[in-house]
Order: sequence, then C-alpha cells, then structure tokens
Amino acid sequence: MNPTLQPQGDTALVLTVSTALADQQRLWRMQRLLQQRFPDWWLVLGVGNLTVRFDPLTSRAALIEQGMQSAWTDSRDAEPVVGQRHDIAVQYGGKAGPDLAVVAEHSGLTPQQVIELHAAQDYVVYCIGFLPGFPYLGGLDERLIIPRRDQPRQKVPAGSVGIGGMQTGIYPCTSPGGWHLIGRTHTRLFDATRMPPALLAPGDSLRFVPGTEHAA
Amino acid sequence: MSLRILKTGPQCSVQDLGRFGASQWGVPVGGVMDIPALLVGNLLVGNAPELAALEVTLGGLHVRFQSDAVIALTGAWVPATLDKQPLPCWRSVPVRKGQTLALGWAEQGARSYLCVSGGIDVPIVLNARATDLASGFGGFEGRALKVGDILPLGVWDGHAPQASVRAPERGEVLRILPGTEWTAFSQAAQKALVSEPWRVTPDANRMGAWLAGPDLGLDPPLDLPSHSVQRGVIQVPPSGQPVLLLPDAQTTGGYPKIAQVIRADIWRMGQFRPGDSIRFVEVTMPQALAALQAQRQWLVQIENQLKWRIQ
Repeated sequence: MNPTLQPQGDTALVLTVSTALADQQRLWRMQRLLQQRFPDWWLVLGVGNLTVRFDPLTSRAALIEQGMQSAWTDSRDAEPVVGQRHDIAVQYGGKAGPDLAVVAEHSGLTPQQVIELHAAQDYVVYCIGFLPGFPYLGGLDERLIIPRRDQPRQKVPAGSVGIGGMQTGIYPCTSPGGWHLIGRTHTRLFDATRMPPALLAPGDSLRFVPGTEHAA
Repeated sequence: MSLRILKTGPQCSVQDLGRFGASQWGVPVGGVMDIPALLVGNLLVGNAPELAALEVTLGGLHVRFQSDAVIALTGAWVPATLDKQPLPCWRSVPVRKGQTLALGWAEQGARSYLCVSGGIDVPIVLNARATDLASGFGGFEGRALKVGDILPLGVWDGHAPQASVRAPERGEVLRILPGTEWTAFSQAAQKALVSEPWRVTPDANRMGAWLAGPDLGLDPPLDLPSHSVQRGVIQVPPSGQPVLLLPDAQTTGGYPKIAQVIRADIWRMGQFRPGDSIRFVEVTMPQALAALQAQRQWLVQIENQLKWRIQ
C-alpha cells in the first residue's frame, strides 16, 4: 500500500499505511532507519501509522516529509527488526479473571477451551501506547472476539489480561477499562525507574502461559 | 532550602516542561498546562527554563518558605499575600525564611505557577521532574501535593532580576487547523465547530477538557487504528461532543480528529475553567507559524529585558 502523508496541525506529520502485519513490520524498520538518521526526531508509532512531532520554528515540514518518504522507501529492503520473546505467566479465571465465563458463553466454548485458545497464540507487539507500557497485540484467535463491556469498570487492577473487540492485552497500571477480564499476571509491564521503563517493545512477541502464579 | 505546604487548594503538583521522547513507552508528555507562564516565571526568578515549579489549579495554595528565595507567580491572576501584605502576580519578589505566601481564588484563568529561585528540586524521572498523576511517578512522590509536604529547592546563585512582566490576555478564541479527519465530518459539523460557542464542562482535568455544544457526531461512527495524539487535538468520540486533549493525554488514540489547536494557542487551553466559553477560529498554516514566531519573539524580548535587571 502506498503511504499517505498528512499534517496533524502545525507540529506533526503522520505517515499512514495499512494495519496488515507486513506493513507494521515495515514501519518498525522505518522507525529504526529514522532513529539512525535523525536521532533528535520525536517519533510516535501507532497501528499502521508513524508520526513525527516537531517544532515548526526549527524544522521545515517539507524536509521532515522528505525524510519520512525516503525512510519508508528504504524500509522495504532494510534488515528485519528482530524483537524479543516473552513468556507472560497468567492466572486465568476466578478472582483474577472474573469475565472468563462471559467470554466462554459468548464464544460457545468452555472456560478451559478459552484458556487453551488464548494461550496457544504467539502475539505480536504492534506498538506501545495508550497507557505507559501498554502493548497493542496482534494475533487474537477469531473465536475469542467479543464486544467490549456495556459498562466499563471504574477500576481494572494492574496486570489484568483482557479481551475487547479484536484485541487482547494487559493493563499495565490500575485504570478504568471496558475489556472483559480473563486473567491476571504479576509481570510488571512498566516501571518508571527502569531503563527502558516498558518491558515490551514493537516487534517483540509474547505468549501467555497458564499457571498458578499467585501461589508461587 | 525548602518550602512547606500549608494548604493546597483543589489541586497542586510539581510540573516542568514535560517528558519529551517518553511517548515511545506510552508515557504522556505531561508538564505544565501553560508553558509560556512557566518560562516567564523561571526568567523572573533567574532560573533555567527547564526547572520545575508548582502548578496551582484555581488557587488556594498556602506555603511557608524555610529559606530565603526569590519567587514569581505567573499564569492565572490570583489574589495573593506574603505575610498578609498584597503580592502582585507576574513579578519577581524576594521572600525571607519563615514568610508565608497565601493564594486566594483565581478570578479568571485556571492555572497559576509558583516559580521559586533554584526550582523545585524533586528527582528527575524519565528525563523530567513533572508529576504523572495518572501513573503515579515523577514530581513529589508521584502525586498531587498534600498539607505538610516539604519540597526541596535547588541550588540558587543568589542572582535574580527585579522586574515585572505584563501578563498575556487569554481571550476566548483558540485558533485551529483542520484535523486529519476534518473531511470525514459533515459540512454542518465543520460549520458548527467554528461558528458556535463551546462550553467547558466540569469534566476537565489535566488529560482533557470535555466541551458541550452542537452534536458533531459521525454517522456511522469512525473507529480508527490507534495513532499518535497530542495536546491540542480536538477529537470527537461517538457521543458527538468534542474533547480537547491536554498535556496528560494518552499517547495514542482512536477517535476521529476534527481539528488541532495551533501551537501558539496551546497555553490558552490550560487557562479555561468549567463554565467558560471557547470559540474556535480556523487559520492557515502560514498564520499558525506567524503566531508561533510572534510568541517566541515575545519570550526572547522578555529574556533580553530581564538580563539587564539581574542583581
């Protein structure tokens, strides 16, 4: 897909492609190229898009546009970004995952089958955003797709593993949330005192490992 | 060298220019709502621009100084006293150890800044001293300030100008550029955005301000893949009522963006309070850049003038 380039106000330019994994992988490569070529640029990666934020009094939008265009072109044949693999231990069901039965009923599966399907996938980290350390994951089994809750919870505990629409993810900190909660992990996705503070990075992959982590 | 919090008002936190570059980890930029107010305040007390100050929402802060210093109150005009003597805003004022500063309620505007020589010296976390209230890190123990907190002040060389600066007028206009999804909105919605007044609802915090006015909703609603959002974005969730994104906004979002407040007017957004009315005026990119240029020149002029008054 040919990228579109659009200004977002006077201080940002957005390059948009498709949300297909192949395009996202290319965006990871493009981001790495830009980091090498323009270490001072402020990049924000989304799902199927990459934004450069800038100060219009010190940078010309036309030059940034050129830099983005050529990095996209060069990203086609650039070395792939090899991410890390992570195993995330999850306690499914019970108090840790109060909506497991709801997801099972919606999908016509048993709770055990939901756990097996959810834990069978290798998920890809598309990007980090929304909340500190929050991964946008690709790879949810279609049978587990379920609309968000009608009533979002005021307080979803940190580490909760949930499903909302076509996405699954982990809440890195306690926050309001509308996803169905099927489990919880003790793995810390974000720690401001750590460098880097986020455990996961774009291009990483992860697998959920069912366990009785709370007993350990 | 420190100061002690005696009263906080509705909300008070340590803020600076924010966390640039931390968005790669999903961390909001944060920092002060009104950047020029912090920059001028720091100039008035002889500080480097990046030093931290106290951001006071709607007034009500009382502090006692536990060492000599120079202070400046900038941002929203607020009646203030130093040991019961009136103290003007937007002016450098020497204070003595043991003196008490008391802020009344802001008469207009929403955020005042207490800048102190040496800056508020909390630890730097992810490249900034700003408090991330939602995630609970940075600033003073990652939280809003409470009565009894003792805030350390940074080293000060004893030099600060004796000067005042004329406060800029906020007005009720925010200048905008069309957003990335501008053309997805109906002509009626586009027209309503720039012709109707918008009321700031009580649903306003450091992440965003929910506005009330005509319905701008898209039919069918547009759900976009997650993409970068930043302060000044005007996004329209399915409710049809726009949200103005502020410094603590999440780094990415999925709602369509009808417009973007120009950089030169970002500071004004933090000075609106619930019940205030906002008007949006569309400008061109060259007009936006000219406005930003004028703002920078204003800041450079103040810096040059104050250089001569350092004592």
